[in-house]
Amino acid sequence: MTPPVGLLGPEHEVGRRPSVRSRALHSPTLMAGATLTATIVALALLAPVIGRYSPVSQDLLHPLAGPSGAHWLGTDEIGRDIWSRLLYAGRTDLQVGVLAVLFPFSFGVFIGTVCGYFGGRIDTIVMRIVDVVLAFPFYVLIIALVFVVGVGTHGIYIAFGLTDWVIYARTTRSGTMVARGLDWVAAAEGGGLSRTRVLWRHILPNTITQAIVYSMSDIVLVILAVVTLGYLGLGIQPPAPDWGSMISDGQNFIQTNQWLAAIPGMAVVLTGVGLSLLGDGLADILRPE
Amino acid sequence: MAAGLRSPERGTPFARRYLTSPGLRYVVRRILLSIPVVLGVVVVTFLLLRLIPGDPARTLLGLHAPSAAVAALRHQLGLDEPIWRQFWAYFYRLAHGNLGTSIYYQAPVASVIAPGLPLTGSLVLVATFFAIVITVPLASFAAMRQDRAGDHAVRLFSLMGLGMPSFWFGIILIVLFSVDLHWFPVGGYGTSFWAHLHSLLLPGLCAAIGIVPVLIRSLRVGMLEVLGADYVATARAKGLRPSRVTFVHVARNALIPTVTLLGINIAYLIGGTVVIERVFALNGLGSAMLTAIDNRDFPVVQGVTLVYALGVIVVILITDLVTARLDPRIRLR
Repeated sequence: MTPPVGLLGPEHEVGRRPSVRSRALHSPTLMAGATLTATIVALALLAPVIGRYSPVSQDLLHPLAGPSGAHWLGTDEIGRDIWSRLLYAGRTDLQVGVLAVLFPFSFGVFIGTVCGYFGGRIDTIVMRIVDVVLAFPFYVLIIALVFVVGVGTHGIYIAFGLTDWVIYARTTRSGTMVARGLDWVAAAEGGGLSRTRVLWRHILPNTITQAIVYSMSDIVLVILAVVTLGYLGLGIQPPAPDWGSMISDGQNFIQTNQWLAAIPGMAVVLTGVGLSLLGDGLADILRPE
Repeated sequence: MAAGLRSPERGTPFARRYLTSPGLRYVVRRILLSIPVVLGVVVVTFLLLRLIPGDPARTLLGLHAPSAAVAALRHQLGLDEPIWRQFWAYFYRLAHGNLGTSIYYQAPVASVIAPGLPLTGSLVLVATFFAIVITVPLASFAAMRQDRAGDHAVRLFSLMGLGMPSFWFGIILIVLFSVDLHWFPVGGYGTSFWAHLHSLLLPGLCAAIGIVPVLIRSLRVGMLEVLGADYVATARAKGLRPSRVTFVHVARNALIPTVTLLGINIAYLIGGTVVIERVFALNGLGSAMLTAIDNRDFPVVQGVTLVYALGVIVVILITDLVTARLDPRIRLR
């Protein structure tokens, strides 16, 4: 094997850095991620327009039909249109995925900023709680919580609200601790600005980018969990369509009608690729020099 | 923490007097540090019962259960006591190795979940093995060919893996290798050691795929850092053989972040086995949990959750000790 990468280390850019906007337009990762995600979101939002059928209306005379002009992706075991179900399921799963992340994001960033800036006893306690939550296998804790508080979207929001903030808190805390030691923070404090102002106007805008980047992978993680819960019958409850329960229904026909389980799974994978690319692209353009 | 313990007779710190090697001191300190986490985990599993809306005994038994049965369950769960006494009772029986009594089987929770432990343990081992043998070559390959076609292929592979539901991947594996090719059993665990191993290969691969993308992405970055480090440049400048630089200088230093990463992600991997056991019809800890959920058997769910968390704490402890063994900077801190 030959030594591959340059011995002098990473190249150093010379000159002024282009603006965030121009970097965004020149990042293929970000553009690909944004396009894919936007397409999926648009399809999900337009479900009532392009879905053509209700996701729950049955046609018992035409079960397990193959793709045709009437049913683009065919029908399932009770004659429901798969294309419509796929779109409506996407609508539900994306919505739950995004909503379930909102509270953990805000709470985690808030508590992480406070802990990182002030430290002390609250910081110690919060970080021990973070350690305890992270000691549980993610899926075990989510499944146990959903079982305890009740299945369905309501249970999903509570389960994620209780557990998912810890990563945001930990990331934001370390970012804040680094920022606290920097010269411009000392300058802002020395200039007589109040701690609250320094914290929320000067430190937070710099630490929040990491949380935003992570939130993209987090939405993927949450959608995966929602789909998994749906597969186990603990998530979004039928008859409302959900990619997980579609896979679980399709599994009964894997010997004969493999697309029933394959299609919704591919939708999950594509959504994951889109959001991950978006997260990677954001990380590239927002990374501080 | 260990340094705070003092031996009574001389006033020398306990740790320095008896734990003469700094390595041993690190081991003891690390073990002591996991005690609060264990206590926290016990508190969380205790609080699970209190999160049940309404009257937990009524909710668990259903609306039509006779009120005598509800009262009996309330007593069995200790709900008629003040909360601090409930917690003390819970803690006391856990300390005596008693995980509670199953509502559904009316048998000790430990006897309900113990049969599944070896299967889940083996599954996690097989999955960890797969995670390592997939991650290390792919990440090294990508790092060595940074920004070239091979690197992009690996990155695309890990991107697709990030959003892939592991249970769906499991179904695809079953269709391909069990239904179509008959290479593996569709489900179940077999009776002999080799049958066990044979039936754990697909589920193990499936569980590994859940964390492989994250591992590849992080290890690739770690390798790139090592490749750019001064000591690697020095080693090359000295004229060492490229293979020696790769294996002695780069691989050894990239191993440490790999083990650390594995420790961080092992909790996610273990959690992923719950649904994979369902897909492959394996009667492990995860199946015990899902069956208990179907039976609304709260004490079993609580017991399984606790056992999983304790397992993770032990695994993370082990990976930390292994990392410290590999990297003197950690244990001599």
